[in-house]
Amino acid sequence: MQAFLNQLPVGLSIAAVLLLIALGLTFTFGQMGVINMAHGEFIMAGAYTAYLLQAVVGTAAVPVALPVAFLVAGAMGWLLERLAIRRFYGRPLDTLLLTWGVSLVLQQLARDLFGAPNVQVVAPGWLSGGLPLFGTQIPYARLFILALAVGCVLAIWAYLARSSQGRRMQAVMQNRRLAAIGGINTGRVDQLTFFIGSGLAGIAGVALTLIGPVGPALGTYYIVDAFLVVVCGGLGRLGGAVLAAFGLGLLSSYAEFWTNASLAKVIVFAVIIAFLQIRPQGLFVLRSRALT
Amino acid sequence: MLSVRGLESGYGRARVLFGVSLDVEPGQLVCVMGRNGVGKTTLLNTIMGVIPATAGTVTFEGRDVTRLKPHERVRLGMGYVPQGHETFPQLSVLGNLLVTLEASPHRDESAIDEALEIFPRLKPLLKRRAGFLSGGQQQQLAIARALVTRPKLLILDEPTEGIQPSIILEIEEAIERLHTSGLAVLLVEQYVDLALRMADRFLILDAGHVVHSGSADELRGEEVHRLLAV
Repeated sequence: MQAFLNQLPVGLSIAAVLLLIALGLTFTFGQMGVINMAHGEFIMAGAYTAYLLQAVVGTAAVPVALPVAFLVAGAMGWLLERLAIRRFYGRPLDTLLLTWGVSLVLQQLARDLFGAPNVQVVAPGWLSGGLPLFGTQIPYARLFILALAVGCVLAIWAYLARSSQGRRMQAVMQNRRLAAIGGINTGRVDQLTFFIGSGLAGIAGVALTLIGPVGPALGTYYIVDAFLVVVCGGLGRLGGAVLAAFGLGLLSSYAEFWTNASLAKVIVFAVIIAFLQIRPQGLFVLRSRALT
Repeated sequence: MLSVRGLESGYGRARVLFGVSLDVEPGQLVCVMGRNGVGKTTLLNTIMGVIPATAGTVTFEGRDVTRLKPHERVRLGMGYVPQGHETFPQLSVLGNLLVTLEASPHRDESAIDEALEIFPRLKPLLKRRAGFLSGGQQQQLAIARALVTRPKLLILDEPTEGIQPSIILEIEEAIERLHTSGLAVLLVEQYVDLALRMADRFLILDAGHVVHSGSADELRGEEVHRLLAV
């Protein structure tokens, strides 16, 4: 029981990071059908943003970096969409190769700029220590990550449900051709979606600096799991992404705790394969009379 | 108002339209007829820019729009209701209307009330998800969604296809009302009698060519029925 409780904050914070990463992916993948392998490098960019800001603002780097990393990673995503991806719409395999190439280039760029060894971002003092609970301690850093993910989900939900831009985004996601015929500039919506999705990856990168070192290959550890979350949750579905991220995050961290890292991966993949046999469309599906 | 000259288009190598020309004058209701697969929907899609024209021109209010994107044509005042009563299924009925209103140049919310005036059946459904409406209600929503952009020309592709008869009547009345209020309409319709009741002018497509065109009176001739018979 004690071991179970000790592992819980680890699992929850991994899930929260996965959720932040998958949120962005579920929109770029769900809305535009783009498999963006470079999404992981936007995480890395967010983490290095915090590292660079550390030289300026010291231990306040993490909170300061959150909005900055959102803008930096968002701008990188926007540029990628403008310069490359938009020329490859409707060609998923080509986009996959293209973004994979971009991902490798960005990793090498990080190696050249910051060096191959990992670097460390020092967390602010108020994030050290933890909340005592049932004889164990929940580190504040992990609680902070969890709160961050919850905040981002709520913000995205409000954006989609309440703002006119969000409504436009939903319309394009549900029926791109009809949106264009209705007078919506789908190209501009795509740009904004890419900006926001990539920006969220940047925020996830800042969160990751709280639980580990920062290296050029940071994104590659998370990108596959994030795609699994998107597929299990159902494309473009906020609720599905939340459930799948927590299911996957908790499962993998407990499996890792009770067995070892490689066996845990086997268990996670086995569970996902079994799950997709039963529900190939993911947890949540767009279901309506119009689609049946 | 709308002038199409020598329009050609198709899908990949398969050419569908061969030099189609047509005119819609202000306030006129022009009906495009023809059997299945002769290119009616392709014609409307090409006029709206959903499919690129490979030759010919589309002129709207004296402006060449042949190379404009669909959303740019909507902003100029062309409203298009495609076949198959499509909606944004996860948005509410009101959301469906707001999303095109917000993309329109005028952004005047009273346009929603005007559209609901035409389709009062939608009023109690505003909060309902569009995907859960019946086919007929979805078609009314689809037309209302085009109306909130305050189009000068309304392009309708088989608005009564696959709709329950009671609502067909309502949709027909709504089109009639819009037409008499001075809106120009370009309509694709399979039902000859419906077309006869409403159209000022008509043209008949066959295998991507205009094979017959004229005023509604001429439509009553034998020749026309031969061309439309399946």
